[in-house]
Amino acid sequence: MTDYNFAYLDEQTKRMIRRAILKGIAIPGYQVPFASREMPMPYGWGTGGVQVSASVMVPDDVVKVIDQGADDTTNAVSIRKFFQKVAGVATTTRTAEATLIQTRHRIPEVALTADQVIVYQVPLPEPLRLLEPRESETRKMHALSEYGLMHLKLYEDIARHGAIATSYDYPVAVEGRYVMAPSPIPKFDNPKLESPAIQLFGAGREQRIYALPPHTKVASLDFEDHPFDPSRAEHPCALCGATDSYLDEVITDDAGGRMFVCSDTDYCEGRRSAA
Amino acid sequence: MTPLLSVDGLGKRYGARIGCADVSFDLWPGEVMGIVGESGSGKTTLLNCLAGHLRPDEGRVVFDTRDRGPVDTLTMSEPERRMLARTDWAFVHQNPRDGLRLDVSAGGNIGERLMAVGARNYGAIRAAATDWLGRVEIDDARIDDRPRAFSGGMQQRLQIARNLVSGPRLVFMDEPTGGLDVSVQARLLDLLRGLVREMGLSAIVVTHDLAVVRLLAERLMVMKGGRVVESGLTDQVLDDPQHAYTQLLVSSVLQV
Repeated sequence: MTDYNFAYLDEQTKRMIRRAILKGIAIPGYQVPFASREMPMPYGWGTGGVQVSASVMVPDDVVKVIDQGADDTTNAVSIRKFFQKVAGVATTTRTAEATLIQTRHRIPEVALTADQVIVYQVPLPEPLRLLEPRESETRKMHALSEYGLMHLKLYEDIARHGAIATSYDYPVAVEGRYVMAPSPIPKFDNPKLESPAIQLFGAGREQRIYALPPHTKVASLDFEDHPFDPSRAEHPCALCGATDSYLDEVITDDAGGRMFVCSDTDYCEGRRSAA
Repeated sequence: MTPLLSVDGLGKRYGARIGCADVSFDLWPGEVMGIVGESGSGKTTLLNCLAGHLRPDEGRVVFDTRDRGPVDTLTMSEPERRMLARTDWAFVHQNPRDGLRLDVSAGGNIGERLMAVGARNYGAIRAAATDWLGRVEIDDARIDDRPRAFSGGMQQRLQIARNLVSGPRLVFMDEPTGGLDVSVQARLLDLLRGLVREMGLSAIVVTHDLAVVRLLAERLMVMKGGRVVESGLTDQVLDDPQHAYTQLLVSSVLQV
């Protein structure tokens, strides 16, 4: 433990990141640039989320790490071990017991509470990027609330597919002001973005931090005649029978066999052990 | 009556060279003005200065806004100028690829300006797009095709629809018929003339094609070396040119 400063980052870096986080919380949905550090893992493995987690972490935190809903996949295991090693904090897989949750691609099924912080790993923080490649221009569009382009994308979806086909990283408007990319969570999770927990978003390669303070109003973009639909596969979970959770489709053989199971492994296990 | 656009002493330099200098004119509501001149005469620089794409070094460009009356667009705040550019103004580029989104369907291209000012009803946006495709004579079965698959003339007509859908009051056109063959040009001009009359548009048309101004413009400015050398009613300037350069220009047109 003495080989590392608490939670890996040096104190000056943590202060710099905390300032960015505070600014992000003061301006919900606004992308705050920060001086992202090299981390001992490749970009795309959650370097942004790890830096944010490390900056807000305290010694008596209980940490949970989620990768695509699961606690036992590579990304989740390696980041959980990382914090065990460099911060000596307790870890858990139970959502309700955690005080700090770092997540990739999911929001837990169990509702978060006011004494929890959830940190999202973000690959592309700029929701307008695929429509407008110039950073100077997208910043201007955010500054002037010029978000017509976002609806152009949804229009194209409906024109081509008959419905809004964007199913993850579904853009949201925060408190009627900034349009924000909620990281690649399924749109099923979008309604959970309005939460009593503090939500922080870190993009390491793109060097951006943004945040949602508790109880911030978050509206998924849509059309009056094509309202937002948080779709879900029409099946119960094959393991726990849940009908209200987000499901993964698992191919079980090469003869068309498949099963639908909860993507949130902790939620699924909790239901099975209670039954 | 106040002029829709009033330009006073406008000038733009590129270092020591003159882009355009000392340009002054008034454009009245419903009027179409042509700007002709050879390549390098400063027509496009002038148009870009007027439309806010370039920042002129001197002069004033006063636009009669809907809510605040005449305002100098050069001292206007940027949000206001960008708002004007997607509501009351329209800009038709010479090359439709500059003015269209090629990877967005025709309907999306037309609907973009509507969504930019807050339209949030898919059905209404689509109805407006269908209506405008009809008005620029594009088969509405092609509403979901990308402009990449359109011919040059269709792309130019689509660009016009995309610009006019928001009901602008002032249209800037930079060589709208450039790069099109003559029969397509004739059709486009016919269409433009109809739309301008029907919607009561004011327009500034930059071109080197005298036939375009003869058909579209009521008034004409002739530019050379960045300066206006002659201006007046189109027929008057073309039928009785006074300045030596205008005489050369008019006599250079091939009579078939």
